[in-house]
Amino acid sequence: MTHPASRMIVAGAIAVLASTTAGQTMRDVETVAKERGLTNADLVAAAKTYLPSGQKDEYLMFASGGHAGQIFVVGLPSMRLLRSIAVFTPEPWQGWGYGVGNSILEEGFPSGKSNLWGDTHHPALSETDGDYDGQFVFINDKINARVAVIDLRDWETKQIVKNPLTLSDHGGTFVTPNTEYIIEGGQYAVPWGSEYAPISEYKEQYKGSVTLWKFDRNRGRIDRDRSFAIELPPYWQDLSDAGKLASDGFFFMNSLNTELATGGIQDKKPPFEAGASMNATDFLHIIDWKKAERVFKAGQVEQIEDFPVITLKTALAEGLLHVTPEPRSPHGVDVAPKGDFIVVSGKLDPHVTIYSMQKIKNAIANKTFSGTDEYGVPILDFDSVVESRIEVGLGPLHTQFGPDGYAYTSLYLDSAVARWTLGGSYGSGTPEPDWTLVHKTPVHYNVGHIAAAEGDTVSPDGKYLVALNKWSVDRFYPTGPLLPQNLQLIDISEQGTAAPVIYDMAMGVGEPHYAQIVKADKLQPWTTYPQVGWDPHVQNINPMAPKPKMERVQRNDDGSVDIFMTAIRSHFNPEHVYLKQGDVVRWHITNTERAVDATHGFAVPVYNITASLEPGEAVTIEFVADTPGTFPFYCSEFCSALHLEMMGYLMVEPN
Amino acid sequence: MTALIDRILGPRVAPDERARQTLRYGTPGFLLLTARILLLVSLFLPYWHMELQAPQYPDGLHMTAHLNALTGDVAEIDGLNHYIGMRSLYEAAELERTVGVFIMIAFVIMLEFAAYIHTRWSALLVAPVVLFPVVFLVDLHLWMRHFGLNLDPAAPLSNAVKPFVPTALGKGGIGQFVTIATPGAGLILAMIASLVLVAALYFHRRAYLPLVRQQRAKAETAVN
Repeated sequence: MTHPASRMIVAGAIAVLASTTAGQTMRDVETVAKERGLTNADLVAAAKTYLPSGQKDEYLMFASGGHAGQIFVVGLPSMRLLRSIAVFTPEPWQGWGYGVGNSILEEGFPSGKSNLWGDTHHPALSETDGDYDGQFVFINDKINARVAVIDLRDWETKQIVKNPLTLSDHGGTFVTPNTEYIIEGGQYAVPWGSEYAPISEYKEQYKGSVTLWKFDRNRGRIDRDRSFAIELPPYWQDLSDAGKLASDGFFFMNSLNTELATGGIQDKKPPFEAGASMNATDFLHIIDWKKAERVFKAGQVEQIEDFPVITLKTALAEGLLHVTPEPRSPHGVDVAPKGDFIVVSGKLDPHVTIYSMQKIKNAIANKTFSGTDEYGVPILDFDSVVESRIEVGLGPLHTQFGPDGYAYTSLYLDSAVARWTLGGSYGSGTPEPDWTLVHKTPVHYNVGHIAAAEGDTVSPDGKYLVALNKWSVDRFYPTGPLLPQNLQLIDISEQGTAAPVIYDMAMGVGEPHYAQIVKADKLQPWTTYPQVGWDPHVQNINPMAPKPKMERVQRNDDGSVDIFMTAIRSHFNPEHVYLKQGDVVRWHITNTERAVDATHGFAVPVYNITASLEPGEAVTIEFVADTPGTFPFYCSEFCSALHLEMMGYLMVEPN
Repeated sequence: MTALIDRILGPRVAPDERARQTLRYGTPGFLLLTARILLLVSLFLPYWHMELQAPQYPDGLHMTAHLNALTGDVAEIDGLNHYIGMRSLYEAAELERTVGVFIMIAFVIMLEFAAYIHTRWSALLVAPVVLFPVVFLVDLHLWMRHFGLNLDPAAPLSNAVKPFVPTALGKGGIGQFVTIATPGAGLILAMIASLVLVAALYFHRRAYLPLVRQQRAKAETAVN
């Protein structure tokens, strides 16, 4: 075997064997690349992102759906849309709002009015010790100031709370390091409870606020009775972020319109876009929530709209609130992994501004104020709290962090993502000097938020970053005048100037704003409900759920009707349901399947009913049988070969 | 009566003889004890597995029979079987599953007795135990045959699937499913026990037949 020729023969034989068993060679790859005009960089990008059938993604991205009112879950690196989760908006595939989840949607109706969409902005995964724990995800609705809780065992919305004080929120949802509270900052100032007040009374009647919703992890619900709010000046509070480690106990919140502009373009007054951008700086709010919690528990609150509020006066007297100047029109306020630095980017200032938590604490302790605002809020002297300012480009918007001392900032106007170095104890992680711009990756186009793998936790993973671009312009086949969003995957695993875009994902179902990317193995989702007869709303067995051999139509003394039905491939039982016009109906259905993916639908015409029954799930659909007639109901999931036959007749006898 | 019992029990071995020929007289008892232990252990092990493979079940469907229980994806398999009109598997071999454990305990006691009996009557106690694995498989086959051949003619797929006999051991198929039936560890232990018992009978005969003949010869001499 030592003879070179024999070695070559063996090597050749192995090569032939390998190529024939695989069926393809690198030459085939070259041929395809040539035919399709792919560069080597394209092939590497494909190799980094392609997942053969059956292989699973390493990360999951939970992205808001914007005014689709949902959450979208995307796998990384494949950038495949895995699921939408219906939250504020009815969604027929999940039956959400068409028979299931109706009561949860109703919990969130503002002023009792039916509102069937939401403007979801910032999802927040639950955290333990400042790291994602994969148990829950929260999301805000900017249009009506609501917060929803989604359980990541079954990926279903469990609760929607309506903020009683304000009508719009943007600084939510962000969680404190152990998910003690879910932060919901208001945005456009309105009078308490959004009652009527002319805009001429803006300074006196219009209020800013932030609400701290107490999260009860065991119940998987927000506990309204242990939640409170803090009154803020009627600036438009914007994004927030909770402190962690060095800044634990604080949270930070941007603001705009510290000019208190009231617009009025129709009367030839400066429009909001000008009036609210007049000052060179706005105010970064620094709030001591642990102290605020003590003030709330001590009862130093006013009940406003039947909700405990720490008034601005109390907040100032107790030293809960400080502000410091920040670049105007800010968007992101992002706390570095160790909690020691806070990065703010203002879209009209080409710098990122980095504040030091130690300096903030010193300035608060030493009362290093440059004055107070017109509501008496102490202003920390800017120069005393700033650590560094780095010119990164035009339109800096939002910052995420890597594991190695790099930070990444989206540049809306430049359509790029900047990579720059942190200083302090992070400096040793990068070859470049501290606090310098390293590289800009062009993206397409108008990037809003960015999300790096676990990039806002105490231990960012690096590897991947997604730019959530607002415009796609020429990136995809034109889909009429309404174009999809472009979510671009950037490989950030290498240091220095290498950070290429490796995938473009068209998102044609909503406009994701913010997203969080979690290591997939942190989640432990159920693949079927744990037991047959499961009520997802209480995450337990419903003892009243219909059981096999106990199916029936039960007419009650009060005239109402309970239908106990089971569903299994490929039949409902009962298949004949007789009702009388006007009957108040509670239709209980259990999917008795135990096989993974054996989901059944339940759809009734005319009555606007559709439900998704996942294996083991039991639901109750309530309606009044007000329309007489003959209604074939059926299973709307292609559950089996005899799916078409999985139907029955509802016959409502006229009066 | 005592005479009858003595005749069945056969000749006893003198202690000094037993001490001199430990291997000769110890082997049958030891093998019977081994079989008893194997059978007792088998009670806790599965006797039979059936795996069903189909594209939409990437992990397959699995069913396991212990002597007293049917476990695994039985509900799912029943759900599929309803399409071809097969009765629920829970209705199969109900009696066998109820009495299986007691029969096994009876076997163990029979083998206990067999060790004390030094005549050919011992074989009568051992034989049913030897045959047990075969009886188990024949019974299984008969149930499968009964279920497979008696399909509900009103079932959804009765036109598409003709009555058939599912395979009790080995590879079979129905519709898009490949079925693979394999003996479980319990059944294999029972089979080993059968082999051990055959060996036990051989050594039993070798040890005690000369004594029986001796006794018989002695008795004949006494009569003459």
